[in-house]
Amino acid sequence: MIRRNCSPMTEANHSQHRYRALYRIRRFEETVLEKFPTGVFFGTTHTYLGQEANAVGVLECLQQGDIVFSNHRCHGHFLAYGGDARALFAELMGRATGVCAGKGGSQHLQWKNFYSNGVQGGIAPVAVGMALAEKFKGSPAVTVVFLGDGTLGEGVLYEALNLASLWRAPLLFVLENNRIAQTTPLELALAGAIAARFQAFGIPCTELDTSDVEPINAAAQELLGRVRSGDGPQALLLHTQRFGPHSKGDDTRTPQEIENLKRQRDPLPIQAARLTPEWIAQIQAEVDAEISAAFQQALADPFPTAEAL
Amino acid sequence: MAMRSVLESLNQGLLRAFTAIPSVYLLGEDVLDPYGGAFKVTRGLSSAFPQRVLTTPISEAGITGLAAGMALRGLRPVVEVMFGDFITLIADQVLNHLAKFRWMYNEQVTVPVVIRTPMGGRRGYGPTHSQTLEKHFIGMPGLHVIAPAAIGDPGDLLYQAIHKTRDPLLFIENKLLYLLPLQSEEQADFTIETLPGADKPAWNGLPESTFPTPCYRLRVRGAPPATVTLAAYGYMAHIAQQAMLELALEHELFCELIVPTRLAPVAAGEIRASVARTQRLLVLEEGTRALGWGAEVLAQVAEAPGAGLRAAARLAALDLPVPASGALEALVLPGAPEVIAAALKLAEKQTLSI
Repeated sequence: MIRRNCSPMTEANHSQHRYRALYRIRRFEETVLEKFPTGVFFGTTHTYLGQEANAVGVLECLQQGDIVFSNHRCHGHFLAYGGDARALFAELMGRATGVCAGKGGSQHLQWKNFYSNGVQGGIAPVAVGMALAEKFKGSPAVTVVFLGDGTLGEGVLYEALNLASLWRAPLLFVLENNRIAQTTPLELALAGAIAARFQAFGIPCTELDTSDVEPINAAAQELLGRVRSGDGPQALLLHTQRFGPHSKGDDTRTPQEIENLKRQRDPLPIQAARLTPEWIAQIQAEVDAEISAAFQQALADPFPTAEAL
Repeated sequence: MAMRSVLESLNQGLLRAFTAIPSVYLLGEDVLDPYGGAFKVTRGLSSAFPQRVLTTPISEAGITGLAAGMALRGLRPVVEVMFGDFITLIADQVLNHLAKFRWMYNEQVTVPVVIRTPMGGRRGYGPTHSQTLEKHFIGMPGLHVIAPAAIGDPGDLLYQAIHKTRDPLLFIENKLLYLLPLQSEEQADFTIETLPGADKPAWNGLPESTFPTPCYRLRVRGAPPATVTLAAYGYMAHIAQQAMLELALEHELFCELIVPTRLAPVAAGEIRASVARTQRLLVLEEGTRALGWGAEVLAQVAEAPGAGLRAAARLAALDLPVPASGALEALVLPGAPEVIAAALKLAEKQTLSI
């Protein structure tokens, strides 16, 4: 039932695949933070460290033609969608080989049916429109939109929830509540309950507080099944933990606080417990090599020229 | 046969688009029949195409975002924003989403959305329902801004925009245009020429327009060569025509009027060509004066090598809100008497005073 839509795999294969996907995001983001001070990247970045299980668990359920709309913290979603690490590094480095040839940068990606934009809230109605367009066209594709708790302060989100429910858009809202918006903790920014916001618009909301990819995947599979069968939009509220700063160097939490989060809520050891040490070592070695090669290749890629304008 | 009004023309343009193009959808508030929209431009549409005309909650930003998503996935949505004053509510969607996607996603997507909105005052609706706000959208890279006048075929312009645009397009309909009859080349008092279109518009990240946006030149029929160029769009072109007749008959001052339908990217080529003959330019607009369309047109004309500009002026609304009282509104918005006075003053100037 849980993995009804996934490609056939043995249990062990599945666990390895998920660990690889989690570790790939982890290594990519660690490399970004590690290399940022060397000046190879333009602008800023918002890393997904600690939240990897959300992207991997949800996006494993995608089928051909499904659409993903992500936000400013989009690297993990992009990589879990199947995006190329070299193209993402190149985009951050402003190279012609980047996902959008260096025009978009870290927050503005588009590849196949994956989109992201860096303005809080504005992507929500766009995702509703995409979901409705597929419905109007008679396509079986569904849309997944990733939002964060910080976005709950934006008014247009509630217009989007109303319209999605009113017109039964085939859409899954995934709200990743990492409990902190840049530096502002949730309790200084949010009144009322998050789930109740969806429920007030008639959108059922499933709530999880875990860093384990398995239950996240199971919940996403269940909700996407409902979306696909025409039950209208659904919401998945994932309480999560962000290990890194909002962007870089702007973390006001104490190191001790972050160490505690890592000890309690790291998705990688949770998934690693399902694998043999040999497999873990092998996957890590392969991914380390992939990410390192991707970084070096991107670094050697050319910058775009004036013709790109 | 009675002359068609601008309203009828636009309504027919929409019906034609829905008939010809299955991917066209309309989203707007109160657009269903029998009401048919606050200004009736969508009348009959929901009866003929009930599946594709979506009456929406009062959520201008939401429905504009929805339209962006629909366009990214291959449809051609049309959004009606009930009053032009409310385009402030869609500003983030237009600026940071619709007008950005194609460029920042490296040409990998298109966003063919037409946003129609009634704009302008002179109906006593007061400060938040009478404004002319398109100037705030004219400087947005990636956005077309088009405004019909009561000349040519506004419905065809709308149809072409819906059918052919690859990029977001703001379509400004001055409210007082709706009931005006369309003028054709047989118009009694004026000769109307359709110009081949301006030279290439200033680059703002858009590929060349995929459909013609005509520019018109009007002269008082039988008048000698003009010594002043007037430039105006939308309903201000109608006011300019009233002024031109009086200037010709009462003051023997002869003007030619250039009426572009494309506001952005700004294309001042035909205005420049006219100024090369007249050497005097009066730019007219219903929006406020500071940093407006007229300022940009004037700058582009003045910048051109050998512009030959001897005198220039802007006539616009006062830099104030639009009052509700008709007595005050007439003082704030420019009318024919102000155009006449400004043209006479301009004609007396022998050299640029700046």
